Amino acid sequence: MLKQIPLAAVHRALGAKMVDFGGWEMPLQYTGILEEHRAVRTAAGLFDVSHMGEIEIRGPEALQLVQQATTNNAAKLADGQVQYSGLLYEHGGFVDDILVHRVAADHYFLCVNASNQDKDFEHIRAQNRWNCTVENRGADYAQLAIQGPRAAEILQKLTPVALSEIRYYRFRDGEVCSRPARIARTGYTGEDGFELYLSPGDAAEVWQALLDAGREAGLRPCGLGARNTLRMEAGMALYGHEIDASITPLEAGLEWIVKWDKGDFCGRARLEKQKAEGVRRKLIGFEMRGRGIGRDGYEVRVGGQPAGWVTSGGPSPTLGKNIGMCYLPAELAQPGTAIEIVVREQPVEAVTVPLPFYRRPK
Amino acid sequence: MSYPENFRYTKEHEWILVEGDTGTVGITHHAQKELGDIVYVDLPKPGTAVEAGKAMGSVESVKAVSDIYSPVSGEVVEVNELLATAPEKLNEDPHGAAWLVKIRLANPAELDGLMSAADYQAYLGE
Repeated sequence: MLKQIPLAAVHRALGAKMVDFGGWEMPLQYTGILEEHRAVRTAAGLFDVSHMGEIEIRGPEALQLVQQATTNNAAKLADGQVQYSGLLYEHGGFVDDILVHRVAADHYFLCVNASNQDKDFEHIRAQNRWNCTVENRGADYAQLAIQGPRAAEILQKLTPVALSEIRYYRFRDGEVCSRPARIARTGYTGEDGFELYLSPGDAAEVWQALLDAGREAGLRPCGLGARNTLRMEAGMALYGHEIDASITPLEAGLEWIVKWDKGDFCGRARLEKQKAEGVRRKLIGFEMRGRGIGRDGYEVRVGGQPAGWVTSGGPSPTLGKNIGMCYLPAELAQPGTAIEIVVREQPVEAVTVPLPFYRRPK
Repeated sequence: MSYPENFRYTKEHEWILVEGDTGTVGITHHAQKELGDIVYVDLPKPGTAVEAGKAMGSVESVKAVSDIYSPVSGEVVEVNELLATAPEKLNEDPHGAAWLVKIRLANPAELDGLMSAADYQAYLGE
C-alpha cells in the first residue's frame, strides 16, 4: 500500500500521472516534464513535496546533538537561518543529506528525504546523549515548493511577510492565506523560490490559492519529473543516486558541508583518514557527444576499460543537451576527459564537464 | 482517442499497418502518452532482421527508456529519418508522420496473433 500525501486526490483531479516514489504515491507530471521544467526556469512552478520528512530537535543542548549528528557547523546558524548538511555513518557514508533550520537556540527543524526519515530519526536518536527531545514529525507537515524567477512575486500576494527581507537560506514563521506557515527561501531547482511547511489540513487551500495567484504569471503545477531534471541541471545530489551509504561527502564534491574546525561529529574519523590518504573516486558532470542518453547505473569507460558509473542522466531541457553525473577515479574526474557511456551494450562518446550545468542569472 | 481500424496492435503498444508484403510499424497513442515527452528514438538500420515479439529498438522519454518490440518477423526496409532529429513528433502524431520502421514480412500468418482496434481498446480498458 502506497503512502498518501494529503493532496493526492487534488493532483489526480489536475490530471497528474501518479507514481510510486519511495513508497509514496506522488505526481510525476501534470502536462509534461519539459513544459513544467521550462515554467520553473522562466516563470514559476509549484511542487507538492509533502512526502519529505521533518525531524525536530529541542532542548537546552539541542545544538550539541545537531553538531554531533551533522557534518556542517550548526553553531554558525542564527535564528531563522538554514544550512545544507550531511548525516553520516561512522564509516563516512551518507545516511542522508538534510536541511537544518535553527528556529531558536534550543530548537532545530530538519527537513530530510522522504524514504530516509525513519532511518534518520533512529540515527539521530541513537546519538542523543544530551537528553534532547527528538521527534519524527513527517506526518505533521505538508510541504509545498514554489520555485522560479516569479515565485516571490506570486507568493507575496498571499502573505503579509515581507519576502524581500528573507534572504537565500533564511526562513520566517508567518502566514500564507492566513494559515500558519514556515516560509524558507530554499529549493531544489537552481532557481529562486520558497519552501513552505504547512499543517496538512491547510495544504489544499494554500495549493489552490497559489495556483490561482500565479496563473497570470505563468505558474504551473510541477511533478517530480521536472524536479529531477531541474536539480540535475543545478548539479544537486539526490540520495540513492549521487550519494548513499557507500559514498562520502569528499567523494560527492560536498566537502563544503564538512566543517573540520567544528569539533567531533559522526563519521569524522573516517573522513579525516580518507582526506589524508586521498579520495579515490569523485563525482563529475558529463555531456553526451554521441547519440544516446547516459542514465543512472550505466557503465562509464575510459580508454575502453570500465572506470565508473552514471549516477543521474538525461536530457537537459535548458541546455538542449544530454547530460549527467558520474563517478570516476579521482585522477580522471577532471573536466575535459573523453569517456564512453555504455548505452544498451554500445559505448557512446561523452566528455566530462564541471558542475553545475546551470546557474541562474543573478 | 481513436485507434485506426486498419492497424493491428500488440500488447506492448505497437501498431502495424500492412500493405502488400510490407508493414509500417509505430507505437500507439497510449504508449506515447504513458511515456511522456519523447526525446530520443533508437531504431534498427535498414537490412536488419527482426523477430516477432523481440526488442528491435528503444524510445526514451525524459524520464525512462522503453523497448520497442517488433510485431512481426522480417527485414527492416525503411526507417523514419524524421525521428532522428524530431523525436517529439512521436508525441504529436504517433499513428501517422511518426511511424518508426517498415518491415518486409517473413510470415504474414503472425498478424493473426495481433489485436484489432476494438480488441486493443478493450485491452486498454477504454
